[in-house]
Amino acid sequence: MTTWERKLSAGSVSAPARPASRTATRKELTGHQQQILATEVVAEEGAVARAGDYAMRVEQLAAGFGGFAAVDDVTLDIMPRTITAIIGPSGSGKSTFLRCLNRMHEEVRGSWARGTVLLGGQNIYAPGVDPVEVRRHVGMVFQKPNPFPTMSIYENVAAGLRLNQWGRVPDLDAKVQHALELAALWDEVKDKLFQSGAALSGGQQQRLCIARALAVEPEILLMDEPASALDPVATLRIEELMRELVKNYTIVIVTHNMQQAARVSDRTAFLMMGDDRAGRLIEQGPTDELFTNPRDKRTEDYITGRFG
Amino acid sequence: MNKLVWRKIVNRVMVFLTAFSAALGVAALLAVLTFVVKNGIAALNVDMLTRLPTPVGVPGGGVANAIVGSLIVIGLASLFAVPVGLGAGMYLSEFGNNRFADVVRYLADVLSGVPSIVIGIFAYNLIVARQGHFSALSGGVALGVMMLPSIVRTTEEMMRMVPASQREASLALGLPRWRTILSVVLPSARSGVTTGILLAVARVAGETAPLLFTAFGNPYWSFDINQPIATLPHTLFTYAISPYADWQSKAWGTAIILTSMMLLASVLARRSRRHVAA
Amino acid sequence: MTAIEVTPPVLARSRARVGDSVFRWWTWLMAALLVVIMLLLVYELIIGAELALNEFGTGFLSGSSWDPVADRYGAWPAIFGTVVSSLLALAVAGPLGLLAAIFLAEIAPRWLESPLSFLIELLASVPSVVYGLWGLYVMVPVMRDPIQTWLSTHLGSLPVFACQPLGIGMMSAVAILSIMILPYGISVSRDVLRAVPNEQREAMLALGATRWETIWRVVVPFARSGIIGGLLLALGRAVGETMAVTMLIGNRAQVSGCLFSPAYTLSSQIANEFTEAVSPMHISALMELGLVLFAITLVLNGAARLLVWRITRGNPVGR
Repeated sequence: MTTWERKLSAGSVSAPARPASRTATRKELTGHQQQILATEVVAEEGAVARAGDYAMRVEQLAAGFGGFAAVDDVTLDIMPRTITAIIGPSGSGKSTFLRCLNRMHEEVRGSWARGTVLLGGQNIYAPGVDPVEVRRHVGMVFQKPNPFPTMSIYENVAAGLRLNQWGRVPDLDAKVQHALELAALWDEVKDKLFQSGAALSGGQQQRLCIARALAVEPEILLMDEPASALDPVATLRIEELMRELVKNYTIVIVTHNMQQAARVSDRTAFLMMGDDRAGRLIEQGPTDELFTNPRDKRTEDYITGRFG
Repeated sequence: MNKLVWRKIVNRVMVFLTAFSAALGVAALLAVLTFVVKNGIAALNVDMLTRLPTPVGVPGGGVANAIVGSLIVIGLASLFAVPVGLGAGMYLSEFGNNRFADVVRYLADVLSGVPSIVIGIFAYNLIVARQGHFSALSGGVALGVMMLPSIVRTTEEMMRMVPASQREASLALGLPRWRTILSVVLPSARSGVTTGILLAVARVAGETAPLLFTAFGNPYWSFDINQPIATLPHTLFTYAISPYADWQSKAWGTAIILTSMMLLASVLARRSRRHVAA
Repeated sequence: MTAIEVTPPVLARSRARVGDSVFRWWTWLMAALLVVIMLLLVYELIIGAELALNEFGTGFLSGSSWDPVADRYGAWPAIFGTVVSSLLALAVAGPLGLLAAIFLAEIAPRWLESPLSFLIELLASVPSVVYGLWGLYVMVPVMRDPIQTWLSTHLGSLPVFACQPLGIGMMSAVAILSIMILPYGISVSRDVLRAVPNEQREAMLALGATRWETIWRVVVPFARSGIIGGLLLALGRAVGETMAVTMLIGNRAQVSGCLFSPAYTLSSQIANEFTEAVSPMHISALMELGLVLFAITLVLNGAARLLVWRITRGNPVGR
């Protein structure tokens, strides 16, 4: 058991003491400094302890649209190089929660969010933080595969890389190839890199989207029901891919498929809608424990299929 | 410079430019309307609306004959375009799943893109050249041909939008097909169809080019469709290009009359379109 | 099975059948009438132009002299004027219109977008002759002085500005045409931009792109066909525009490289000379101008329709 898990089962969740050298988290860091910070978290063993054991820490996150709250008071830690599954019945705010982690939630008109989401010790919701920078570090794959139809496969993967580069991207070919290899798509497309992405099958398109997201080397990859639009064979391939990727990336996946969550994830969080129609975190923990020995009755009811 | 900073600057600048472009469009509209209103009101008086045109230099005088003339020509155009347009539109919506209907749709589309002056030439050849004189009738035909495509298109669209359940219910009651269409479907689509007709009328009310050598203009009262007739846009044109200051000011007066009519029609059409969509 | 004779209500059904066929026949007639009108239009145009067609042949298109006295006619100045004025107007209104459409479709909040769109669409409701009036007495004086005078003084060495600034001429015609076709370009572009699926935007934003980068690199390319279709539509309108152009372009049958010079377009030449033309050849030549104009708009609108139709069927790329 890691230190983190020990603390969790002991019932106390306290943030590791912040050293004085890492001053006020609300201070605006430059993009460059943030990048350094983020890589330190994953790269150095010791540094992990400095910035916290977590890859991402959510504190009392609430978000919704207009007068309506989709999620309320969610506090959760995402651990590095794990797959965390967010499960729950429809309407429990899983997707809304996920989209808060890379500040995509605010792209919808009328949306609001409050709370703290710490990435590498820095609150991504601090005033002055540009969502554009956040999204370089937290990537996303969507439910329905959405490759850009006007771009070739190559260009799709390169799309994110081209953004932050003056002029030509160095080693672009190698980077595109690497991303496609990570997504287990390289062999299938290496001879048709310059054809449109729309010509691929659904499962291939989704792996292309994964490659595209991975190309910019985010610390965390968010996946919003990535296999729900795919056939079972393609779904299995995506799940295998995820177990490969987690060796180097931290993954958070929203799924309505409990079996998938049980197969694939290291930790699971269960969200459920309350009487006020806002989703709350009911229970979280290592996947095995949550599924075999849930602590909350509501969790047990959901897992055993009594509702939702 | 850090590329990220540059990208943010570019983002700011381009967003501003798009807003600026939209503002330019609105500014152009306001620029035109301001002068039309300003100069038009200065020239507008009761005489303008009730009197015949007077020779240059003689005060008073108005465009009453042009107002009436416009109404007559538009009336003629509608008389021709509405039955044909409604009928063709109904054919397309009710029986229109064949090759012939596709051809009709295509040609209606082509017709809507024909420049108005070419339609004027057509009406000239068809009627004026054969009759040997200009006439309100030829002007009406020209405008009617211009109205036709949009009436056909709107009628077809509006009739198609009537849900199949209404047709089925009527047929199930034993009403024959033609009664169903005329007594059930058409009334249901009525407001949309009327809007379409009004829009078509509004669009041709401001047209000058097709009338230049059909209706031709007339300084006197005329109620004979076989004689040339004055219309608002044409009178405006004549006054506008004249070298006389008082005629030019009358042009502005005519302009405000004409533009108000067109704008009113647009606003009404937009409002009832929202009504239909709701 | 017991045979039950059921006497069909023959009378009622046949009456209904007659009603149905009469109705169908009548509506078919109306639709056919539309076809007839279209064919008649082409026919009358060709007949009217026949005299000139036989006399000048294809030389009509390239002939530069328009001489009613000698009864010799060439359409080149008018064709040149139409092409140049329309393309220049598109060059101005196209980019401007696209930017404005982007603002309306992607950036403006709903409460702002609705009235703005409405106001811009009103631009299309102003009659051509009113634009001409405004252009003649408000825009042209400003065009002559300070705009053209400044250009003539400071950039007069360029051939484009190397003639007498009169106000009236090609430049003013282009300016008014730009204003007039702006609403058409904007509304088509705005509609096709709006139709781009939101998931495309989300995918780009999630990669860490700015709003502008998302619009420029993903949304606009997706809507590319429709935008071009809209531009062609606007071009078609510019080509067919008559009254405002007639009032501002100077109406002289000459070809010049200078923007200040008076010129002619196909439509303005017809409008200007038709009622005064006396000789049958003159009239026929003007009708042939009409035929050329008709052909040009036919091609343009055909291409536009193809592209816009494609995008509304959900196919993003013009393949």
